[in-house]
Amino acid sequence: MSKSILVDTTRCIGCQRCVVACKVVNGLLKASPSNFLTTDTLTSLGPDTDLPMDESGDEELSANALNVVQTRGSVYVRRFCMHCQDPTCVSVCPVGAFKKTAAGPVVYAEERCMGCRYCMMACPFGVPRYEWAKVWAPRVKKCHMCAPRQAKGLKPACTEVCPVQAGIFGEREDLLREAENRLRQEPTKYVQYIYGEREVGGTSVLYLSAVPFEALGLPANLPHDALPMYTYRVLSEIPTEVVLGGALLSGIWWITKRREEVAKAEKEEGKAHS
Amino acid sequence: MNFDKLPKLTFWRAVLMVILAAGFYSTLLRFTKGLGAATHLSDRFPWGLWIGFDVICGVGLAAGGFTLAATVYVFHLRRFHPILRPSILTAFLGYGLVAVALLIDLGKPYNIWHPLVMWNPHSVMFEVAWCVMLYLTVLALEFSPAVFERFQMQKPLKLLKAVTIPLVIVGVLLSTLHQSSLGSLFLIVPSKLHPYWYSPLLPLFFFISAVATGMAIVIFESNLSARAFGREIEMPLLSALAKAMAVVLGVYGILRLQDLWRRGALVHLREPSTETLLFALEIVLGLLLPLLLLLSRRVREDRQGLFAIAVLVITGFLLNRLNVSITGLEYSAHAHYFPKWTEVAVTLSMVGTMFLCFALAVRYLNVFEAEPSGEMGGVKA
Repeated sequence: MSKSILVDTTRCIGCQRCVVACKVVNGLLKASPSNFLTTDTLTSLGPDTDLPMDESGDEELSANALNVVQTRGSVYVRRFCMHCQDPTCVSVCPVGAFKKTAAGPVVYAEERCMGCRYCMMACPFGVPRYEWAKVWAPRVKKCHMCAPRQAKGLKPACTEVCPVQAGIFGEREDLLREAENRLRQEPTKYVQYIYGEREVGGTSVLYLSAVPFEALGLPANLPHDALPMYTYRVLSEIPTEVVLGGALLSGIWWITKRREEVAKAEKEEGKAHS
Repeated sequence: MNFDKLPKLTFWRAVLMVILAAGFYSTLLRFTKGLGAATHLSDRFPWGLWIGFDVICGVGLAAGGFTLAATVYVFHLRRFHPILRPSILTAFLGYGLVAVALLIDLGKPYNIWHPLVMWNPHSVMFEVAWCVMLYLTVLALEFSPAVFERFQMQKPLKLLKAVTIPLVIVGVLLSTLHQSSLGSLFLIVPSKLHPYWYSPLLPLFFFISAVATGMAIVIFESNLSARAFGREIEMPLLSALAKAMAVVLGVYGILRLQDLWRRGALVHLREPSTETLLFALEIVLGLLLPLLLLLSRRVREDRQGLFAIAVLVITGFLLNRLNVSITGLEYSAHAHYFPKWTEVAVTLSMVGTMFLCFALAVRYLNVFEAEPSGEMGGVKA
């Protein structure tokens, strides 16, 4: 049992409320007058209230924006960490700074991190961001599905404040069933596919769309196997390789040494005879 | 004042000083203003020149050390002994610089020891970290007799002599793992790395090409040292090494082309792209041309010819590693990366430092042994 988020891009109105809520929760809102904002006050605001955004329009994910709403044609698409079932970042981190929790979120322990940025290189969705401007202790930044809020029994802030339920929170199984229902009920509206159900072994964030997922900027060429297997297949052979390699090299060493000794002995014997 | 004591300011020394000054400034910038200010790295391009060249190429270029150690000690091809110690020294310096480069590139260099206690055996980077640490130690031990000899320390020499063979075998195993694991690093980006370079066989390709390049490095370096230190060049040895290199390169070429064919990656050759150009350069300059030249005995046994072949093989190797770690990832990142001058300065000063350390070691230690005093292959045999 693990929690997931279902994003129905056909419902999103691009109000950016989830973006602001995310910044509030993570202390990333720069504009100071808005610091009184909480997810509660955000929820109570009317849909047409101006929000204190730092930058308008299409924001990219960054160390200061862990959740963004982007415009793709006439569609708004929210981008944030996909919280893979078998996450690449968890597998590649040499010091185990990432962890997939039983509850669903993929979380990061900054005190373990040494800043090699392999997670950023390897993430199939290009999600993790870095605090490039920081001199001391730069961190990898990405959505943590509000793991601290979840621990308190609360929903992730982004799903809490969404006025149109474009992003809903729940058990992955339930959300998959809900997604299937929507596809069945309005077959002409949706592309008949749940993005994230199988990508890289399945993700805890699922997408529905009326346009091809590639047009939303979601990578369409991902295998359905979990990526960590790609490297673990090789890594798990190492003990065998070391033992076999060691034996082989020792064997070659012994044989060539023996051959050398025999040659030497024969030479001396030859000398003795002549 | 006595000016004779000062080293002469030759052209190359002046160049080195400029490079080192620029490198020093850039390193200072990185530690006072952060990675963002000192590099062109970005969220879309988190790995740049320091990883692509200093670490991934640096480790490969150090491959001469284990290749020759295996040749001399494991295969008992004693005649290669005279070029062993300089190869070990090159490998040691290469790995040392990899470690320094990592200290500059890591976001939190003071946590570099974390892989010692925080284990993640599922991570290729974890394996790489351990291999660098262990092999650096092995190389230091393999080269240390040169230092002990200098100070006439007989006890440690005897001790090292006793453990030479296990040490060499461990070194060869570590190198094999490490060279191939640098390729494994990229196994996890099947959707990001261009099909010219992504292959499930990446670890194998990295290993084989490192062996070939290790030999090229030995040839290259023997030539340079012969010129710089006015030594005789071991032409028959190097020609024999070149023959072995031709075999390894041939195996690499066949595997590589067969893999490209099987994966259907060659259809991309019809696309006139940067990737196609770089791929063609890599294959023609680094593989086909040197193989062709190696077939000719005249070129192989000619000092200039052999040097040219070594340069080609090394160029092809560098192109391959940079393609895998940088250019091959550009198309999927939708970003273009070109190193900032400060990144180049740091890299160049690392290479410069390596040359400097090599020259100093040659001057003060017995790097080119006068006579290989035979017997049962001690490190200082």
